[in-house]
Amino acid sequence: MGGSGSRLSKELLAEYQDLTFLTKQEILLQFAFLCPHSPPCWHQSTDPPWRWHCDLLPQVCGPHPANPFKERICRVFSTSPTRDSLSFEDFLDLLSVFSDTATPDIKSHYAFRIFDFDDDGTLNREDLSRLVNCLTGEGEDTRLSVSEMKQLVDNILEESDIDRDGTINLSEFQHVISRSPDFASSFKIVL
Amino acid sequence: MAQPLDFVLDVPETPGDQGQEPSPYDESEVHDSFHQLIQEQSRWVAEEGLELQQREPGDPGRGHETLLGPEGAPVHSMATLRILASMPSRTIGRSRGAIISQYYNRTVRLRRRSGRPLLGDVVTRSARPSLRLYDLELDPMAQEEEEKRNLLVKELQGLSAAQRDHMLRGMPLSLGEKRGLREKSQTPHGKRRGQPGRGGLFSCCSRLRYACVLALHSLGLALLSGLHALTPWRYALKRIGGQFGSSVLSYFLFLKTLVAFNALLLLPLLAFVVGVQAAFPPDPGPGPRPTCTGLEFLTGAGCFTHTVMYYGYYSNATLNQPCGQPLEGGQCRPRAGGLPYNMPLAYLFTVGVAFFITCITLVYSMAHAFGESYRVGSTSGVHAITVFCSWDYKVTQKRASRLQHDNIRTRLKELLAEWQLRQSTRSLCGRLQQAAVLGLVWLLCLGTVSGCAAAVHAFSEFVIQGPVAAGQEVALLALPVVVCLLNLGAPYLYRGLAALEPQDSPVLEVYVAICRNLVLKMVILGVLCYHWLGRRVGALQDQCWEDFVGQELYRFVVLDFLFTLLDTLFGELAWRVISEKKTKTRRKPEFDIARNVLELIYGQTLTWLGVLFSPLLPAVQIVKLLLLFQVKKTSLLANCQAPRRPWLSSHMSTVFLSLLCFPSFLGAAVFLCYAVWQVKPSSMCGPFRSLDTMYRAGTAWVRHLEAAGPRLSWLPWVHRHLVENTFFIFLLSALLLAVIYFNIQVVRGQRKVICLLKEQISHEGEDKIFLINKLHSIYEKKERKEGEERSRAGSTQEAAPLALLAEEGDTW
Repeated sequence: MGGSGSRLSKELLAEYQDLTFLTKQEILLQFAFLCPHSPPCWHQSTDPPWRWHCDLLPQVCGPHPANPFKERICRVFSTSPTRDSLSFEDFLDLLSVFSDTATPDIKSHYAFRIFDFDDDGTLNREDLSRLVNCLTGEGEDTRLSVSEMKQLVDNILEESDIDRDGTINLSEFQHVISRSPDFASSFKIVL
Repeated sequence: MAQPLDFVLDVPETPGDQGQEPSPYDESEVHDSFHQLIQEQSRWVAEEGLELQQREPGDPGRGHETLLGPEGAPVHSMATLRILASMPSRTIGRSRGAIISQYYNRTVRLRRRSGRPLLGDVVTRSARPSLRLYDLELDPMAQEEEEKRNLLVKELQGLSAAQRDHMLRGMPLSLGEKRGLREKSQTPHGKRRGQPGRGGLFSCCSRLRYACVLALHSLGLALLSGLHALTPWRYALKRIGGQFGSSVLSYFLFLKTLVAFNALLLLPLLAFVVGVQAAFPPDPGPGPRPTCTGLEFLTGAGCFTHTVMYYGYYSNATLNQPCGQPLEGGQCRPRAGGLPYNMPLAYLFTVGVAFFITCITLVYSMAHAFGESYRVGSTSGVHAITVFCSWDYKVTQKRASRLQHDNIRTRLKELLAEWQLRQSTRSLCGRLQQAAVLGLVWLLCLGTVSGCAAAVHAFSEFVIQGPVAAGQEVALLALPVVVCLLNLGAPYLYRGLAALEPQDSPVLEVYVAICRNLVLKMVILGVLCYHWLGRRVGALQDQCWEDFVGQELYRFVVLDFLFTLLDTLFGELAWRVISEKKTKTRRKPEFDIARNVLELIYGQTLTWLGVLFSPLLPAVQIVKLLLLFQVKKTSLLANCQAPRRPWLSSHMSTVFLSLLCFPSFLGAAVFLCYAVWQVKPSSMCGPFRSLDTMYRAGTAWVRHLEAAGPRLSWLPWVHRHLVENTFFIFLLSALLLAVIYFNIQVVRGQRKVICLLKEQISHEGEDKIFLINKLHSIYEKKERKEGEERSRAGSTQEAAPLALLAEEGDTW
């Protein structure tokens, strides 16, 4: 896999495996894929200072925008101050949440954060409209009409807003998600 | 994997920042959008100066329903907005401190539930007095985060390593923070670590238990990862899922499940029936052995006839001992060192046990799939579920994701249209018309079914009356070909008829199509079963009719495969070539999931019907399924596109398994039971040749055991009182019905509780809106009062807005 400088130490690997839902093979696979053979990725055995810009990561983002939520995903998982780049640990976090064995609880928590476009802790009407626009496609002719959008957002709020305050908070979101058995299988990225 | 990546390095400027934990949410300031709003407001106040408009005295209790109506966000003062932003229901979705306190509470509950007594109350000893009185979850103060983190660390130290890791894994925090928490909770902290003797035997046992659990857990993980690497077709399935989505993937997963079921059926048969008989081959019968031409692979007759493949090859004696004359249930003195093997008994029991195991596995997987896919109240909330859960993140290709966009848009528009339709009530005349058209289409479909059944019946009678000459074995293929053609043509007819129906719900349409096709296939199979067990047995009285039935089923399986290949070739490949050449739009044909799955179920039913007469038929089916996988995968990737009407993939696997269990397996089991209990086996071949029915082999053995001695007397007793006496079965059925009724009542009660809780929450929501409006009106009054005071006092323009802001900041 390369020189000794570009290898994960055993303790670090074990720690990553204990704290995420990924297996050792998957972590090593991602490490081998992301970190080039030379120059070495790790300076010491502590966290690498290397970060990757969101556009360059495969499987989620990549140069082809297959996923309409890629900016939101990168923003949510990024721990950098400017929230536009991911470190290796952020990337492991991302893959762990999207993995097969992650609990529905943690998946729904992160899904809520991804859909919360203005980061205010609730999904209000603007968030829902932006979400529907992301789902239906980017072009002008692919969007829903204004009346359809309003009707759809009204229906969504009618179905999920239990306390009738006009927004969907985390608990209400998780309650809606728990009723759908498809969520866990669609909120998955296969390595 | 080999492509080089260009990285943009974001190396931090100050190396000193490495030690700090990255903080995505800074709780000491209000989040972005409200911060902006507050800045705007303060700028506005600074610009306007002392010019405050006279507001009309607002009624504090007025219209708390209208202020936060669905039309849009109302204008609140900055302080109210700040309060709203720090409400617990909003902070839990975004703030780290709230997450930490939530997981602290969960950890405390977990420890209390695990039964170990808390060694001193952590909260009362180390927390500040104010914290004891309030639930930590409701406390939004930013400077408490460090305190909460310390409390969480203390709680984590009290857990075992496995539980702590499990807890940390489930927390929605970043990996860096989790590592920090784990490090802190690992260092020996205080008195807790230094007291191993506390609890004595109890803690030693629990430590042992946890050690065992850990060992099993790691063993399980190792096994799973090993299995995961070994799963066949993993790369192919991933590619299909990425390009076509979960609904097409479910067809291939179902195919994989069927291979597993066939393997489960084949293994006992190979071990206990085929292998043993192959080791002790019977004497070859009189007459020359037929030569092998290539036609055997299609007809199953010819040189395949007297082999382990068919029922007729198996002996009816006890193997592995020299017997003078084969008696009923043959009991000769065994050879020294040899194990007598009663072949008829082994044949009957192995087939019975294999079917029983298949039944249990099928019912269990169906119940498991049903449990995963059904939720109480899942039929409501379909708009929200579609919007939140329908994007499939597995899809990685651009073209496929564009298709997904189209699918979702279509689905949303359909949902809205359905909703509109439900809102508007149709006139009585319209509904009657709809019912009439529906009834007519169903009548036509059922008429088609009866027509096909009559055709098959007539043709089978014709085939029986014309005896087949020795060299004319190709004529044996006539009946299977006719049946396969009917099975191929009827679905197209149904699709045409379905176009006449009013299309209210597209999902219902698909289910109705499946239902009709299934009815057709099952009726045709029923007619064929009558033909074999009712008519063939009589027609072939002095020959080996079981061999013939086994060969017929082999022919059906093979021809079904051939016709599927032809259908794939012409339905998919040819259509794609034609549509590319003739039409302008490059529209590939869709992959019809329903039809393909029904074909798989039909093939499996044939296998189950034929197992009794041809023990190697599951092996043929496995080979057929493996070939089918490759063919379908190649054709899919080359010729097809994903279906435009996306199915719900979790419901699909449940539906497939239930269809496999109820009409398919149940029918095969009924056929098997009838063949074993009621039909007289032929007297010249097979393991039951001297008996009245196949079941007599079992009862004869039980009688023999009775006579053998008192040691095994419980077995005949069990047989007489539990199997032959029907009272026991009635009792079991009554118990099962009682359990089902109980479960139905429990679910009904839960639904009622959910309704009541929802009402309660909406009332609480009204309370919240009322309080927010009260707050808002109080602030309005305060602002107005201060504005009046300021204008009366006549202070400078600059000082006023700053003082106002400072006051607001102080109070909150």
